[in-house]
Amino acid sequence: MKAERILLAHGSGGSLSYNLIRELFLPRFYNPILATLADAAVFSRQGMRLAITTDSYVVDPIFFPGGDIGSLAIYGTINDLAMGGAEPLYFSIGFILEEGFFLEELKVVVNSVREAAQQCGVEIITGDTKVVPRGKGDKVFINTTGLGAVREGVELSVERVCVRDKIIINGFIGEHGIAVMSQREGLEFDTIIKSDAASLWGLVSQMLEASQGLHLLRDPTRGGVATVLNEVVGGRDFGIRLEEISLPIGEGVLAACELLGLDPLYVANEGKLIAFCQPDEVDPILAAMRRHLYGREARVIGEVVANPAGKVIMKTRVGGTRLLDMLTGEQLPRIC
Amino acid sequence: MCLGIPMRIVEKEGNKGIAEAGGVKREVSLHLVEGVEIGDYVIVHAGFAIQKLDEREAEETLNLLREMLQAEED
Amino acid sequence: MRFIDEFRDSSLAGALARRIARLAEGSPEITLMEVCGTHTVTVFKHGIKDLIPDNVKLLAGPGCPVCVTPTHYIDKAIAYARLEGVIVATFGDLFRVPGSSSSLEEERAKGGDVRIVYSPLDALRLAQQSRDKMVIFLGVGFETTAPLVAVSIMEAKRRGIRNYYVLCAHKVMPPPMEALVSDGELRIDGFLCPGHVSTIIGWGAYRFLSQKYHIPCVVAGFEPLDVLEGIWMLLRQIRNGTVQVDNQYRRAVREEGNPKALSLMRDVFEMADSEWRGMGVIPGSGLTISDKYRDYDAETSMEVAVEPLYSPPGCICGSVLRGVKSPLNCPLFRKVCTPESPVGACMVSSEGTCSIYYKYSDQI
Repeated sequence: MKAERILLAHGSGGSLSYNLIRELFLPRFYNPILATLADAAVFSRQGMRLAITTDSYVVDPIFFPGGDIGSLAIYGTINDLAMGGAEPLYFSIGFILEEGFFLEELKVVVNSVREAAQQCGVEIITGDTKVVPRGKGDKVFINTTGLGAVREGVELSVERVCVRDKIIINGFIGEHGIAVMSQREGLEFDTIIKSDAASLWGLVSQMLEASQGLHLLRDPTRGGVATVLNEVVGGRDFGIRLEEISLPIGEGVLAACELLGLDPLYVANEGKLIAFCQPDEVDPILAAMRRHLYGREARVIGEVVANPAGKVIMKTRVGGTRLLDMLTGEQLPRIC
Repeated sequence: MCLGIPMRIVEKEGNKGIAEAGGVKREVSLHLVEGVEIGDYVIVHAGFAIQKLDEREAEETLNLLREMLQAEED
Repeated sequence: MRFIDEFRDSSLAGALARRIARLAEGSPEITLMEVCGTHTVTVFKHGIKDLIPDNVKLLAGPGCPVCVTPTHYIDKAIAYARLEGVIVATFGDLFRVPGSSSSLEEERAKGGDVRIVYSPLDALRLAQQSRDKMVIFLGVGFETTAPLVAVSIMEAKRRGIRNYYVLCAHKVMPPPMEALVSDGELRIDGFLCPGHVSTIIGWGAYRFLSQKYHIPCVVAGFEPLDVLEGIWMLLRQIRNGTVQVDNQYRRAVREEGNPKALSLMRDVFEMADSEWRGMGVIPGSGLTISDKYRDYDAETSMEVAVEPLYSPPGCICGSVLRGVKSPLNCPLFRKVCTPESPVGACMVSSEGTCSIYYKYSDQI
């Protein structure tokens, strides 16, 4: 039964979102740059290589452990630029405010935006504000568009990925999704799980400086690590093989996932990147990452393989193999 | 067919309790179990403790398996 | 996490795998049925089939309560969701199951008030908070879940909450197992019995099966070592020619189960005949709400017109649930029937055999 209406699942980053983009938007807007469906669009103009990306933020609740919708609106968009190897420069910001939203809360959000932007060295140079009637929004939605510059010689794209490339992640997964979900589900934690939302440009620029062997960067946001890896291999002549024992997952995230019936590989992250790199460049890249605050726990979690092409598989802790499919629907907390 | 995870009771008041696992705490109903005290482990399903976990049996199960492994190495 | 991590130990898994291989060596094909959907999830999620020899076949059975619930029930839930002033509260598992023409997910998109809850007590709380609405909780699940729903109904009565109802489709476990082996279509050499259902009903509940039908039964837990040890225990019975009920899940399952939960269930529910998708009506296999709690029964308290049943052609969910066909035999699997556009319930439920094959297996 194909959906006639937009479902929440269309926004979860999984296969429904993917299909919506590929079937509805892409053919109508088609051009070679858009077709890459990369996190940031990289283009050249008068000898300059620029990157642009846009993102809308609708997180609920708007305040969560480790951040809020304001800081997320800056970090998330910076990270999309960073995945393209672009240094973030200028931002636009658009607010859609719901009638009745408290000004005091808006102030907190705006201060978060300012702090995050200042910390990351980006300037917000243009913006827009709209107000919708009560019930037609949800407190505040934010859109940010980021413009960045890509240095000469930096070429990050899926075309560069080869069999035997190693796959690296910079730290513990599932923190953002669990931090947000735990607010909604009323879970309490001994040590509160905080969202990992952070700007990754600093880390990325260190990685780019350390090696020419970086082929591709992707950030595992909605849909999690499993979904983004599936996006990389979809329709390609290579696949990915992960090792379950090498996945960095914190105890609290593991426990929350067990309780809610979630799989950490499908939970959203906002301060993580996945790097595909030449196997003989793993050491300098890991060393550079581990010197950085957001890369202390960096490690190899798998590699690119010839078979099975187009798929992501994982060697399980007990020695079996399983397929890691793309996320379907939303991750609904299940019991049965 | 039912997600049930082992959790430890850390607080208890009448038929309600707080259970903990891996640092995560959640309120659970103790309506379906009897004789559960603070420090006991229970199986939690959809917000209810459905059975007390027998720690001794758990250890015995594991020991049997460890013996299996040991026997191979001998 | 304690009592989870230890049961995922890879060296112990290896030792079990080697024992299983030795027991199965030289034997003709052995078919074991895991009745419970959560067992099927464990098997696939940890790649357990890679750890057992090719002549030991694992067959998935009808232990997915969402999958065996007939389409008519979903259609009824959808009909309620379309009524003004009604909140339909459900476990997440039912949300995307296709009815004859729609699903609860679609109804919510159209403006129906459908809420996903983690526990029946959350649904009761909804009723308490929204006194002007009628909250109908979709009571689906086996004996692990039925006692919880019983408690929610008893609490509703105790607190005088008049706007809470349950649309009861609970089913019980041993009867379908008997139905599977009594018709002779299926050849099963052993049953891996449900873990948490058995926590409630006790391992003694399967004795009649092993005695009457001479089938080895082992109650197993849900971690990889539990399933592997369960398989080993079944093979050991088969090798030795013994036929009995063994309990692998000793840390959580007793012979008598959970008497308190059973007595609450008997107070709130009555046994009834029940329809199972793909298996027809199985006598004494379901629960209905007893007269004492009739006021909380959505079925008798709230009339609603339900659309005519439509069964999509080509869907073989029934055969898959009975274990006579695998998802790989289904002409619609992966080509037409996918998790995004499911044709049958087996593809939607996280414990549905087809959904598990699709998600965890790369066999086409």
